[in-house]
This record gives sequence, structure tokens and C-alpha cells, in this order.
Amino acid sequence: MGGNVIVTKDLHKVYKLGDTEVHALRGVSIDIKEGEFVSIMGSSGSGKSTFMNIIGCLDKPTSGNYYLDGSKVSEMEKDELADIRNRKIGFVFQSFNLLARTTAAENVELPMIYNNTPSRTRAERAFEALSRVGLRGREKHFPSQLSGGQQQRVAIARAIVNDPSIILADEPTGNLDTAMSGEIMEIFRSLNEQGKTIIIITHEHDIAENAERIVIFKDGSIIEEKSKNGRGAGAARTVPT
Amino acid sequence: MNFLAALRVSSRAIRSNKVRSILTTLGIIIGVAAVISLVSLTQGANRMIEEQLTSLGGKSLFISPGKRGVGVQENAISLTADDADAIRELDIVQYVSPMIDAPEQVVWGNRNWFTVVVGTSPDFVFINDWYPDAGVFFNNKDVEKNENVCVLGRSVVSNLFGYRDPVGLTVRIGKDSFRVIGVMSSLGQTSGGRDQDDVALIPYTTFQKRILGTDALESISAAVSSPDDIPAAESRIRLVLREKNKLGKNEDDNFYIKSQMGVIDRIFAISNIMTVLLGSIASISLVVGGIGIMNIMLVSVGERTREIGIRMAVGAKGKDIMMQFLIEAVLLSLTGGVIGIAAGVLGSKIGSSFTGWKSVISPESILVSFCFAALIGIFFGIYPARKASKLDPIEALRYE
Ligand SMILES: Nc1ncnc2c1ncn2[C@@H]1O[C@H](COP(=O)(O)OP(=O)(O)OP(=O)(O)O)[C@@H](O)[C@H]1O
Ligand SMILES: [Mg+2]
Repeated sequence: MGGNVIVTKDLHKVYKLGDTEVHALRGVSIDIKEGEFVSIMGSSGSGKSTFMNIIGCLDKPTSGNYYLDGSKVSEMEKDELADIRNRKIGFVFQSFNLLARTTAAENVELPMIYNNTPSRTRAERAFEALSRVGLRGREKHFPSQLSGGQQQRVAIARAIVNDPSIILADEPTGNLDTAMSGEIMEIFRSLNEQGKTIIIITHEHDIAENAERIVIFKDGSIIEEKSKNGRGAGAARTVPT
Repeated sequence: MNFLAALRVSSRAIRSNKVRSILTTLGIIIGVAAVISLVSLTQGANRMIEEQLTSLGGKSLFISPGKRGVGVQENAISLTADDADAIRELDIVQYVSPMIDAPEQVVWGNRNWFTVVVGTSPDFVFINDWYPDAGVFFNNKDVEKNENVCVLGRSVVSNLFGYRDPVGLTVRIGKDSFRVIGVMSSLGQTSGGRDQDDVALIPYTTFQKRILGTDALESISAAVSSPDDIPAAESRIRLVLREKNKLGKNEDDNFYIKSQMGVIDRIFAISNIMTVLLGSIASISLVVGGIGIMNIMLVSVGERTREIGIRMAVGAKGKDIMMQFLIEAVLLSLTGGVIGIAAGVLGSKIGSSFTGWKSVISPESILVSFCFAALIGIFFGIYPARKASKLDPIEALRYE
């Protein structure tokens, strides 16, 4: 396993709603190594999504630093962040976030449009990515013609099509039944085996168990970390906060 | 994102909402159609005015004795047939006819009619673009031999003969008998209310001998082949007449030459103003159409906030989003422009068939409307597109 791809130092996120302030993150520091499979758990409103959005360069912290592959993301311009989202990070959302009225293949091609991949290559790679998530033959389907699990697989295909080193998934199985969830987690596991760093937010323990490291959030802070050596067995480690 | 990909994305967005797109472009369609049809109709009207003015003397000159603007002309020369011949010698001059007129009584049987008798030459018909529609006009031989022949205007005929064909009959003009050899076609009244058909035309030589008793002329009309030749013809005629009258360098002309040039120029200036005026009124509707596009683009940006968020999440930069929406706006306005051009061409054809005016569709007006439509798309598309490009990815994604 390589060095740290993600390093955060004392991340704070404060939302101002009129006079009241919501502290979504209160000093989150974490190191994630290349090729790690991390699950994030915690009760609702504990700041998991807020953290993930910052890691995914969709949002900026109010204070604190975030280093991705050694470069300081918290000081980057909008366009640089867009570039990182395009090349380094694949984001999978709970609500899929596919473009309606756009076929599966075209949804998967979307990230490649923004890095000027020639259209022939786009089509080939979209086809490949869809095959990898088991959707061969569904390229021309619109999201509304696909099941929830299939839509999420399209979203995963879109997340991996530019071959990013990090895959972030915010409750990717939140809208799916158990059987579907299993299939989706299978895909993440195999992506992790191919060397991709994977971070998943989930509320379900058996989903979280797929990861070798489980991070638990509460009230905007990490209150506990468990790690396993290999799957299934492993010692839990409690981080004092 | 490259331009082609952006174009595909934008055109898909337009096609996926056909009814709205068409309604949005309606303003541009109407604006462009109005500009094209109004401009082409006014230009057609100009062309017609030009033709009518030309036939009404745009190619002719009138030479009269005396100084310009001097009421009582003491040392006025009187023009002669000699002068007319000298003018006819000029290459630039196509037709020349001497003119004399006097009020006279025309009598047939027991009926009589008081009219204007004009003495002229066969060139008269070409200079005035006015021809007999029964019988013939007198020829040069009739002029040489000062024959007692006449060609009557329609009003004289109807007053003297009723519905009878007068050709071949004999009338009395003054003290002499004249054989009627032709009847002029009807011209109707001038805008001033003068009856142009109330006239009797006879050879000027006959007029001089029988009615006037001298060989003077009142004026000379001449015509050139194109209105453009008027200024040159005017100066050549002037030289010839000055020489014939032996005028010294410092002496003023003792004749004057009149043409319709000034009037025609002024009429064109006015009708050009009309074209510009109508064109700009129609352009206002183009601007209104542009505002319609801006409105719909703003709505569209609002509705598609989530789409924008998704695009940004997978790596779209502000400028990519900007380009997408700008192309969409320009595409909308250009589509409207093209349909509007077609509608405008059709409209001006219909308009011209209703009014009987010509419609002149110039390639420039089509090109200008097309470019104007594109400019409107850019101008009114920039604000919504900028707004879209400035969205924050996470907020756009969270938008419901
Ligand atoms: N845009 C926002 N404006 C104001 N407050 C926000 C905003 N986004 C999140 N919050 C607040 O920040 C806190 C953390 O929210 P976050 O979405 O990170 O929680 P979460 O752990 O992902 O919860 P869940 O498990 O329900 O998804 C919550 O109290 C939430 O109300
Ligand atoms: Mg969440």
C-alpha cells in the first residue's frame, strides 16, 4: 500500500443560517492511504456528507486544510477543483444524480466531455465501463427505464470512466434493497482490489463491514475508528476525542 | 469541453422542449419577419417610385427662354426650331421636341370645346412616354409640310364626339380645319387636379403658321436615355445655347434648363428615411424577442440547476456551463432568425400581392437580420449563462 492520498487537518465547516450557526464539522483530521477501503458511519446529521463533499472537492471547509496527493486543495481555484473532480475523484451519490432524458452511455460519457476525450474514445470507454458494472446491452436505456440498482451502476460506471484513483460514495446503497446493495458492494470491492482508494458512507453495518477501516462520526467529529486486517476478523480501535 | 460537444448538448436541450423552444423563438421570428418584409416592401415601393418618376420625366429636360426666376423677361430670347435642331445634334440627347401652346376653341359640327392646343413634334410621345391608342401620331413629314392634322386627348374626344370614333373626321381649330388622325391614351388627372387629357396636339410648324404667325417656340423638351445622363446633358445643352446666343463669359444665361433631378433626389431621400424608420420600428420587436429568450433562459437555468450541479460534479468548469447555455441561446435566436427570414420573404410576397407593390428582398437585409439574430442571442444569453456558470457545485446539487 502506498502513502497517504487524503490528509485532512482540523477541518471545520460552519453553516450560517441567519443568526444561528450550524457546526457541521468540528475539527476533523484523518489520513487515508492509497488503496484503502474506508467506511464512514455515524448518526444522521453528524457531518458525514459534509466531510465527504469537502474530500470530493465539491465543497470547501470553513477552516482547516485538505491535502490531496500532497497538494493543498483548500487553496485551489474553482477550475482546478473541477479538474480534480474530473480526473482524480469519482463521486457516487445516494440519489444517483443521472441526467434524465440522457441514455446510460451518454451519462457515462459525461465526465469525458469535460476533458476533451475524442467522441470515438468516449463511446468505447463508456461501453467498457458499463460492461464492468454488468450493464452490457443497456447502453441506450434512459435512467427512467432502469431499476434503482441499475441506475446506481450507471452512476458507478460514470465515476470510474476517467479512471480516477479515488472513489467516494455517499450512501450508495441507501435507496436500494439488500440484494441490490450486495451487488453494488461487490463492484466497490473489486474496484478496491484493482487498487482504487474507496470511501463509502453508510448506515448499515454489514455494508460497512466490507471495508478494512470504519470511521465513526458524531456531532461533526470522528469519535471512533475500527480497522481490520483482512475481511471479517479484526481488532477495533477506539480513538479518544 | 469542445465546441462540437457543447453544440450537441445545447441542441438536445432545445429539442427536448420543443413547444417551449418554438414559443421562445416566436418573438425573434416575428421580429425578423417584420424587418425583412417591411424593408423589402419599402424598397419595392422605392423601386416603383423610381420607375414612375422616370416615366414622369426623370429622363427629360425642359428648356425655356428667359432668366431663371425672373418674372418679366425683357431681353428674353425666343427659342427657335434652330435651337431645337442644335440640341438634337448632341449625342447624349435622345429626343427633342419643340413646344408651343395656346388655348383654342375646337369645333365639330355644332359642338365646340375649349382646350389647350399644343404644337410639338413626333418625339413628344417618347419624351412623355405617352402614345395614341387610336389612329397614329403625326410624323416628321407632317411637321415638314405643316399639315393640318391633329391628335386629340380623350377628354376633348368625349366632349366633342361622345362615343363616336373621331379618327378620320375633320374639326376646326381656330380658323382652320384639321383632320383628326389619332387619339391619345387616357392619362387622367395630375395630382394637382389638372385634366391631362384635355389637349389637342398638332405639328409645331402648323401651330407657328396658322395660330402664332411667328417662328418662335415657347420651350423645348428633350429626353436622355437614363436619368444619370441628366447633369451631363444639361451642361452640354447650356454650352450649345450660350454659343448660339453669343453670350459673353460674364453674361448670364438668357434661357434656363429645368429637370426633375432635384425633386427625384429629394423623394428618394424621403423614402430612404421611411425604410430606415420602418426597419428600426421592426427591430424593436427583435429586441423584445431577445428579452423573451433571456427570460426563458433564466427559467431554464433555474429548472436545470441540478443538471448543472451534476455536470460540475463530474468536472464541468464555469466556462463549460457558460458555453452550453450561451450556445443554447444563440441556437434559439438563430433558429428564430432562419424561420423569421423565411416568414419575412413569404410575408413580403403576400404583402406585395395584396398592395400591388414590388417587394425587393436584398441579400443584405437577410444577412443583417441573421447576424442581428445571432447578436441578440449572445447579448441576451450572456446574463443567464453567466448566472449558470457561477453556481456552486454543492448548492446546485442540493437544489430541488
Ligand atoms: N447547506 C446546509 N446549510 C445548513 N446546514 C447544513 C447544510 N448542510 C448540512 N447542514 C447541517 O450540517 C449538519 C451535518 O449535515 P450532513 O449532511 O453532513 O449530515 P450527515 O451525517 O450526512 O447526515 P445523514 O446521515 O442524514 O446524511 C446537519 O446538522 C445539517 O443540518
Ligand atoms: Mg448525508
